[in-house]
Amino acid sequence: MKRGLPGWAQRLRVTLWTLIVPPATWAVHFLFAYLWAAINCAKVGRFATFPTLFVAGTVAALLVILASGWIAWQQSRVPGDPAPHEESTDIDRLRFLAKSTLLLSGLSFVAVIFTALPVVFIGDCR
Amino acid sequence: MSLHAQDDPELRAAQEARLREVWKPPQGLFLRWTDTNNDRVGVWYTLTAFGFMLFAGVLALIMRTQLAVPDNDLVSANSFNQLFTLHGSMMMFLFAVPMFEAVSILILPQLLGARDLPFPRLSAFGYWSFLLGGVFVAGSIFFNEAPDGGWFMYPPLTTRTDLSGLGADIWMLGLSFIEVSSVAAAVELIVGVLKCRPPGMRLNLMPLYAWYILVVAVMILFAFPPLIAGDLLFEMERLLNWPFFDSSRGGDPLLWQHLFWIFGHPEVYIIFLPSIALFAMLVPTFARRHLLGYPWIVLAAVGTAFLSFGLWVHHMFTTGLPKISLAFFSAASEAVVIPTGVQIFVFIATLWAGRVTWSTPLLYATGSLAIFVIGGLTGVMVAVAPFDWQAHDTYFVVAHLHYVLIGGTLMPLFAGLYYYWPLITGKKLSDRLGRIAFWMLFAGANITFFPMHFSGLEGMPRRVFTYPAELGIGGLNLVSTLGAYLFAAGVAVVCLDLALSPRRRPGARNPWGAGTLEWLEDPADDAHWGVRCVPLISSRYPIWDQKDFVKKVDEGRFFLPDAEEGRRETIITTVLDARPLSVVRLGTPSFKPMLTAVALGGVFILTTFHLYWAALVCAFATLFMVLWWLWTGTAEIPEKECKPIGHGMKLPLYISGAAAPGWWAMFITMMADATAFSGLVFGYYFFWTRHADFPPEGMDAAPGAFWPMVALAVALVSWALTVAARQLNAAGAVGVARAALAAGAAFSAYGVYAGLAGPWLSGMDPEAHVYPAIVWTLAVWTAAHSGVAVIMQGYALARSIAGRMTPKYDADVRNITVYMHFFALTALVTYATIGLFPGVS
Repeated sequence: MKRGLPGWAQRLRVTLWTLIVPPATWAVHFLFAYLWAAINCAKVGRFATFPTLFVAGTVAALLVILASGWIAWQQSRVPGDPAPHEESTDIDRLRFLAKSTLLLSGLSFVAVIFTALPVVFIGDCR
Repeated sequence: MSLHAQDDPELRAAQEARLREVWKPPQGLFLRWTDTNNDRVGVWYTLTAFGFMLFAGVLALIMRTQLAVPDNDLVSANSFNQLFTLHGSMMMFLFAVPMFEAVSILILPQLLGARDLPFPRLSAFGYWSFLLGGVFVAGSIFFNEAPDGGWFMYPPLTTRTDLSGLGADIWMLGLSFIEVSSVAAAVELIVGVLKCRPPGMRLNLMPLYAWYILVVAVMILFAFPPLIAGDLLFEMERLLNWPFFDSSRGGDPLLWQHLFWIFGHPEVYIIFLPSIALFAMLVPTFARRHLLGYPWIVLAAVGTAFLSFGLWVHHMFTTGLPKISLAFFSAASEAVVIPTGVQIFVFIATLWAGRVTWSTPLLYATGSLAIFVIGGLTGVMVAVAPFDWQAHDTYFVVAHLHYVLIGGTLMPLFAGLYYYWPLITGKKLSDRLGRIAFWMLFAGANITFFPMHFSGLEGMPRRVFTYPAELGIGGLNLVSTLGAYLFAAGVAVVCLDLALSPRRRPGARNPWGAGTLEWLEDPADDAHWGVRCVPLISSRYPIWDQKDFVKKVDEGRFFLPDAEEGRRETIITTVLDARPLSVVRLGTPSFKPMLTAVALGGVFILTTFHLYWAALVCAFATLFMVLWWLWTGTAEIPEKECKPIGHGMKLPLYISGAAAPGWWAMFITMMADATAFSGLVFGYYFFWTRHADFPPEGMDAAPGAFWPMVALAVALVSWALTVAARQLNAAGAVGVARAALAAGAAFSAYGVYAGLAGPWLSGMDPEAHVYPAIVWTLAVWTAAHSGVAVIMQGYALARSIAGRMTPKYDADVRNITVYMHFFALTALVTYATIGLFPGVS
């Protein structure tokens, strides 16, 4: 394993809370999207064709998910125990949480894009 | 105690005798009902939920009989309304959710190699609440007073007292009571999974059932409280005429729909995931191999849990919300298909890679997957808004939801019934009857519900008590009715199979040859200790993989093989890695949980009948019972600091703070409380978006900023004093800590007045308009929490004075500090909202 960047990523503390960072980011983005649309439509009656705030929020959410996924990917490759990584050891537990986080990042990434797409297709508050 | 000590058979016999004595269930006609051990409470819970399921099923049969032919008059329209409302409400609130809690209470300790869950009395309290509330709600139909507004009880039909009678109150208050027991179960199960695992069972070795239960219990914490908040607003409108859902006074019926479906959609997954969790246990057993893709299941469970909170508006596609909002929810509804599909593929892959034994439980499991997939596919259809506009409120939706629930909940539970019956009773059910019943159920479900897709598309609306012959759907309905009878006959065969069980001979231990911990249970032994000793785990399937595992457990060669002090105990471990932290003493059989449930039930049931003074008496009785229960049964100072648990390990008998189960329970309860509160806050801002001017002209001077800011300052001082008391007490300055608690209680008491003073002194009339009503609601909620803070601070003070709390043994003050953190947050949000937001907007 190369030293350098992945090293610090592998040493980050992993808990149940870090596991839910990607889906929680989706949830925050979803709530943001819903409130953004609801308040725009209720108070302004329309939203811009290229809504800067919405795009910025979406990009930020995707970046958080990507970062979380990248760290998880690094951690899921911590060397040590033999496959299939199903033992009661520190490394196997770390690899398990990392892999689960990585999978959740993938799902959350797709889900954020799903949530963002309507703004591309729907242009008004009807 | 070393390994060698356990070689001595006499020592083992003496240990077993002591354990047997400690875990002996109470006997006698009345006393037996004071039991709190999970093996008995779980059985009561399961049987009660099963009974409610049969009852609700009979209601459905009456409905299908009424609909068998056009223009039928078997039951009146009014009775029919009660039938479908009670059928849906019971299946959801009295069967599906409680059944998951019941099964979990029954098998989770065994799965985790624990003697019991951390709060056995809480489980018993939950059960008695459930029984009382359930009988109250279900019994209403015999008095022709059952709720009749549909299981989602939309206002204004249900809030207007001239349109709906007592039934609506029975629904709101009876089911609120049951929601309390659900939150209690969630607390129990979360702490159980996180803190009561056996040493070595790190997160990556946890049985998948436990993963699912953890996820679902957390979902309950975020799903049920919005409904509780909605119930609160609903009853304030019905009983006090506060116009939350009355559009003529600024209210909006849509708020109820939001709050209901924020609960209602996750609810579907709350009942689906635990059922699918049963598959995760039985599929590996019958595939004779480890489950493939363990992290993928965790992905599926956690991913579904999150996404399911972004679906609720897909029940409201036809309410006229902006299309852009609908599209967000439509997108999330399609996204949730991904994790749902993943877990189905994992099961298929495991079966594919294994050597499959085609047992009866597996037959049910695969059959239910087939039904569920059909329901899932129609779900994808109705998640597309334009399709839903056509199918909404027709029998197409009835077909969809029954496919989902029968395939996703009922049939998997039957799979679990056939799988776990030998674990509970020691006897297998009949394979022959089981298979006959399966085919009747499978055929019956499809014959009943498949034609409903067509009757729905041809225009048959939901919830009609009859239909004219000219509509041309008589044939389809007759087929549905015949299917329903076939399905019911299938259930009857299952019941017959269960009824024959006592006559059958006991079977072998672990009859399916499973690899997970719950199968350590030896049905030939009538011990109630849960597990002979707490094992050391190094595999996901210890019975398969760990050498001589069963023998070692039976001979008490792992941890805590004895009960020297004559106490019920289990081991508390760390969240991530299950390192042993302490031994906790568990609650013993007691009538306190039952009496507390009765007192609390009195509050809800008497309020239904507007007997407010009697309800108030019950409220005080509940408070008294809770305090008595806590005072005598919790945070007990042990007779010695540590005890040996074997293998040279010594564990403390008392822990406090973030490592302790009590702290977690408080934290989790307050998460639920904060979620309910956020439902109310959502209401405030929801009304703001619905009105051009909110607060409305002429009302925007009230409640002013002065009193809310005073109340906020008082709340923060009270909070700071409690935190200081915790620190001072830990540092040994007991006297100063007591003074801080006393001062904190005084500030909290003043906070009740200061919180209410804003709306009170500015003369806000909550019946006039929704603005004063929602301001009052937030103020009353926060003031009530301030009142509870007085009790909490007073309790910790009293414990300290009574010598039951010391600098070393300080769980009480640490736990109430958690409450105060949440209280401070509540006060901040409430007083900033009602005091400052009118100026901002």
